[in-house]
Amino acid sequence: MAALDILTYPDERLKTTCDAVDQFDAALREFIEHLQETCSGGPGAVGIAAPQVGDLRRICIVDATRAKRPVDNHGPLVLINPEITAWDGFAVGREGCLSVPDYTGKVIRAERIELKAQDPFGKSLRFTMHGFEARIAQHEVDHLDGILFLDRLVSRHADLQLRKK
Amino acid sequence: MSENMQEKWLILTLVGADQPGIVANLTRILFGAGAELGEAAMLRLGNQFAIMLMVRAAGSPETVMGLLESVRAQFDLKLHIDETDAALHEKREPDVLVTVHGADRAGIVADVAGALVEAGFNILDLRSDVGGSTTSPIYIMQIEGEARQGLDKIEQAVSSLNQQGLSVRAVPLDTVRG
Ligand SMILES: [Zn+2]
Repeated sequence: MAALDILTYPDERLKTTCDAVDQFDAALREFIEHLQETCSGGPGAVGIAAPQVGDLRRICIVDATRAKRPVDNHGPLVLINPEITAWDGFAVGREGCLSVPDYTGKVIRAERIELKAQDPFGKSLRFTMHGFEARIAQHEVDHLDGILFLDRLVSRHADLQLRKK
Repeated sequence: MSENMQEKWLILTLVGADQPGIVANLTRILFGAGAELGEAAMLRLGNQFAIMLMVRAAGSPETVMGLLESVRAQFDLKLHIDETDAALHEKREPDVLVTVHGADRAGIVADVAGALVEAGFNILDLRSDVGGSTTSPIYIMQIEGEARQGLDKIEQAVSSLNQQGLSVRAVPLDTVRG
């Protein structure tokens, strides 16, 4: 198993809306292993999306267990065809991206989300996430829609205290 | 190009009464001279406009000084140029935001900065404003930096500053990188 090459801005593939996965086969699960390996190899990475390695399918990893400081989480998650179905509240937070090296900026995200997805075998999943984990999920789902955090930057002096508990 | 790669970054500091066109005129001249621009911070301070700008490949400090003479004269700017060892791609990531507000009084920045540095805080970005009115000013400061000895130390410093009548808060900054 090997880490995959990460595409970096301004690669056009990072601006592409990805296709839904409909084949839940061994090849999919092998790709996911490579994606996981790539995520754990990324410096400080807490998630990754398939288009970041040039695979334009709706697959991502959300892993809040890798946060520097412990945060509420659902463990390391592989999300296939994820869809955010509800948003609540908002918070300013700092984001960076494996595809945008050497830059971090402030982005407003929903504080709490409900998300549905499938696992690598096609089984339905549902999560209610908040805070850091919800932010990762929103960052990764954006990738699947061809959106980078650069597209959502707010003032660098935006107040991070807007975040709620 | 390889010659440019070896040329050192200059840091330009320009200050003058705020008026439209300073940035556009300055950067047009630099671009015309083939200069490479690095990181920059430009903002209004009081009624002045202040610019700090990394510039490379436009020649020696003397050359750049000559190049900018017209814009300097046009906008009545104070211009200072330093040759430095500055480099790009050396950013540091803040992990704490400290916000301060209080009635304006002498020494507020020194008190806060002094307490924070003792607690292992390294300032990366500091922005302070005076709001309120002339008769009752309010001091507001936002500082981002690194808690090199951990957040606990910073929180201790913050609580002792609060006992001195300031309103200080430390908020951890967690970066989502994905
Ligand atoms: Zn990303």
